[in-house]
Amino acid sequence: MKTMKSISNKLACLLLALGAISPAAHAVNSLEGGPGVRQLNLHTAVTRIAEEQAWLHWFMLITCTVIFIVVFSVMFYSIWKHRKSVGHKPANFHESVTVEVIWTIIPFLIVIGMALPATKVLVASKDTSNSELTIKATGYQWRWGYDYLKGEGEGISFLSSLDPTHREMSNSGAKGDMPDDYLLKVDNPLVVPVDRKVRIITTADDVIHSWGVPSLGVKQDAIPGFVRDTWFRSEKVGDFYGQCYELCGKEHAYMPIHVKVLSAQDYAAWVGDQQKKMAAAQDDPNKVWAMADIMARGEKVFAANCLACHGAQGQGGVGKPLAGSAIVQDADKNKQLQIVLNGKNAMPAWKGKLSDTDIAAVVTYTKNSWSNKTGQLVQPADVLAQSK
Amino acid sequence: MSAVLDPHGHASHDEHGDHHDHAPTGWRRWVYATNHKDIGTLYLLFSFSMLMIGGLLAMLIRAELFEPGLQLVNPELFNQLTTMHGLIMVFGAIMPGFVGFANWMVPLQIGAADMAFARMNNFSFWLLIPAALMLVLSFFMPGGAPAAGWTIYAPLTLQMGPSMDMAIFALHIMGASSIMGSINIIVTILNMRAPGMTLMKMPMFSWTWLITAYLLIAVMPVLAGAITMTLTDRHFGTTFFNPAGGGDPVMFQHIFWFFGHPEVYIMILPAFGIISQVVPAFSRKRLFGYASMVYATSSIAILSFIVWAHHMFTTGMPVTGQLFFMYATMLIAVPTAVKIFNWIATMWQGSMTFETPMLFAVGFIFVFTMGGFTGLILAMAPIDLLLQDTYYVVAHFHYVLVAGSLYAMFAGFYYWSPKWTGVMYNETRGKIHFWSSLISFNLTFFPMHFLGLAGMPRRYADYPMQFADFNMVASIGAFWFGLSQVYFFFWVVLPVLRGQGAKAPQRPWNDPDGKGAEGLEWEVPSPAPFHTFEVPPRLNATATKILDTQVSPQHH
Repeated sequence: MKTMKSISNKLACLLLALGAISPAAHAVNSLEGGPGVRQLNLHTAVTRIAEEQAWLHWFMLITCTVIFIVVFSVMFYSIWKHRKSVGHKPANFHESVTVEVIWTIIPFLIVIGMALPATKVLVASKDTSNSELTIKATGYQWRWGYDYLKGEGEGISFLSSLDPTHREMSNSGAKGDMPDDYLLKVDNPLVVPVDRKVRIITTADDVIHSWGVPSLGVKQDAIPGFVRDTWFRSEKVGDFYGQCYELCGKEHAYMPIHVKVLSAQDYAAWVGDQQKKMAAAQDDPNKVWAMADIMARGEKVFAANCLACHGAQGQGGVGKPLAGSAIVQDADKNKQLQIVLNGKNAMPAWKGKLSDTDIAAVVTYTKNSWSNKTGQLVQPADVLAQSK
Repeated sequence: MSAVLDPHGHASHDEHGDHHDHAPTGWRRWVYATNHKDIGTLYLLFSFSMLMIGGLLAMLIRAELFEPGLQLVNPELFNQLTTMHGLIMVFGAIMPGFVGFANWMVPLQIGAADMAFARMNNFSFWLLIPAALMLVLSFFMPGGAPAAGWTIYAPLTLQMGPSMDMAIFALHIMGASSIMGSINIIVTILNMRAPGMTLMKMPMFSWTWLITAYLLIAVMPVLAGAITMTLTDRHFGTTFFNPAGGGDPVMFQHIFWFFGHPEVYIMILPAFGIISQVVPAFSRKRLFGYASMVYATSSIAILSFIVWAHHMFTTGMPVTGQLFFMYATMLIAVPTAVKIFNWIATMWQGSMTFETPMLFAVGFIFVFTMGGFTGLILAMAPIDLLLQDTYYVVAHFHYVLVAGSLYAMFAGFYYWSPKWTGVMYNETRGKIHFWSSLISFNLTFFPMHFLGLAGMPRRYADYPMQFADFNMVASIGAFWFGLSQVYFFFWVVLPVLRGQGAKAPQRPWNDPDGKGAEGLEWEVPSPAPFHTFEVPPRLNATATKILDTQVSPQHH
């Protein structure tokens, strides 16, 4: 593997030298656990399966290249020697059962030789039994939701979205100095322990997404209405990146995956931390909020969940405009609450995805932002009443 | 006087004392066309127009991907561009292109007077025009063109605007057109061969089209079913593919790819046919292993029905399902390898010359094989888990569809255009077109293998900075490739359509001693008369030559 890697590095340098066109302007570095600059081959494998996949790929690449060279040496030899311009006279043969049988059997045998190791790896990669940690990854338009279902950390649950500043950079043309994790930075990475068999159950809420991390050797479609699973056991701690691999609408390119692999102790500490945070963040559903507090909360909720469709100024986009919307400004706050809770057309239902407090906050925020000056304050209790 | 753009309707008046039939002139000649050659010309011109429109969309895609960040289009429009690029190229450029070749060449190759159903032939062409208009004009509908990918996976299609219905309607019409065309080709080949032209003496191009036509009839209705269910899911409250009502989005993929994979071979088998005509002609040797070519083509067609789920390895099939589809897919490598070996054996010990058709044919064999090998790599399910929906797949299918199907059509154009138009294309310009296309093609698509291995997903409007350099190279290659095709049209195609160039002899690809191209199409003058083989010709033992002296005998 080492030599192969150095070969591909040399190749990369060569290509770089050839490519005077390659823009030196982008002073970007390879991202550890993510894509490398002018990376020529698969990601560095950190699971056994990924190593096996990389081995298989080298095996296939070398076998195919050798066959290619042999076959086309024959063709180019023929092109060189059997030209009319060198005075070659055409022969008359046009069939030979022996030869044809031989060159049907040989590819057949080669294909069997390729299928055997592939079978071994495939069977291993499909075995999701005996996992030590089970996490559900849910695809939403356009973010991932993670629920720790079983094992250490059970009960932890959060959404993972692209850093909104990266989305902004994308819109403004990605000019200037860009971070190395451009389009790969999320607010809450998926955290897992090293050397543990982690089973990922995938599903989706709206359309098909695909959860994949190259370094871990996994990719599994997340299909609405169905659950599928895959697994990995990372042998290294570190950060590993993937993206959504199934076209899921306009923000398809903006729902990355960041897996943070921690040592057993660090993971235990993280779990403890999360549980404390969750306890602290558990909002008292009966709390009566003051306007300033709930507006601040609402702004955050809006930025993380609503902004992509409704726009930073509530001007609309994929979603309806909120600024000046009759429903938002309506004196009956339940009208807007019903839509937020249960969804309507392209608007997803947020009941169960956001807490009552968050929904109360974001509705209050939209009712009192931009051109909307209703002065209405929605309390968590109002949301609770409507969600029944 | 060419049979292609002849203002007077038919070319053979003077030379052959043709009977005075009533071929319409002016626009009626084309709108009321029933002549297989005219309809073939219409198909080819239509296909090239769609190639240019689809190509323009590709240029916009590559322009947006030239650098990271969004510069030209927003992500919604980007998805529309990739979707429509795919639909237009597959259903508008490649498929009708080969039907055009079939219309021109199948009757000429088998010694038939015309296609079996001349009026249906007209109908199946003219159906394409409204379908293409609907597809292209969907960009101007509210919400823009469909943006769910050319594979129109559910349930994303449920979120599309009204243009999705237009696209579905267009696909229905194109499907109807394809089925009519296929019936026509099958009936023509099975019933209208000249006496002595037995099936196993038939030229390979006609053979591959016979098999392709059966594939089309088998799978176009499957696509029609899938998109009709999508339509009723969208508007009539059914939930075939909508999980909210108990439907199964994966079922859509199964049905789609049951159509989609044979579709891939629909787009490549006629290409194999063209290459099997060109290589022997310029090697001055008969095609090696004719019978095994026929069997290999049939095997590929049959296998194409049992490999569809290799497009769906990441959907999460049971391991036995994945193994079955992996093995079946890898098996296709065997008949394909036999074909490559046969072509090389045809060249072996030949007396080769490298006019443009042969250059494109050799280019095809060389570059298509790379696409074949990446296909074999993708067929390995464990590797596919890493490469599924990345640029590696994009590279793979452009290697087989552009360097495969499109190159074969170029080879076919250069090979047969002297027969169609009666003038020789400019050889230097043909060679420039070839080398320019070959280099720019590889510049565009070779770096995509690296991008895919490094994990860059396809259908992304923006990408991490690390992918920037190869994307820039690919974009530069793409603009160059696009310009090469514009050059092809204005500097190669247009002159021959206008009749500019050296007059083509009846057998432009044969040495004085007769070695070279074989087949009945070379037994008629250049340009091919408006009517050929009105009386079934008498053929020699190999069914490659006409024993009668007169091609179009006097009418009585």
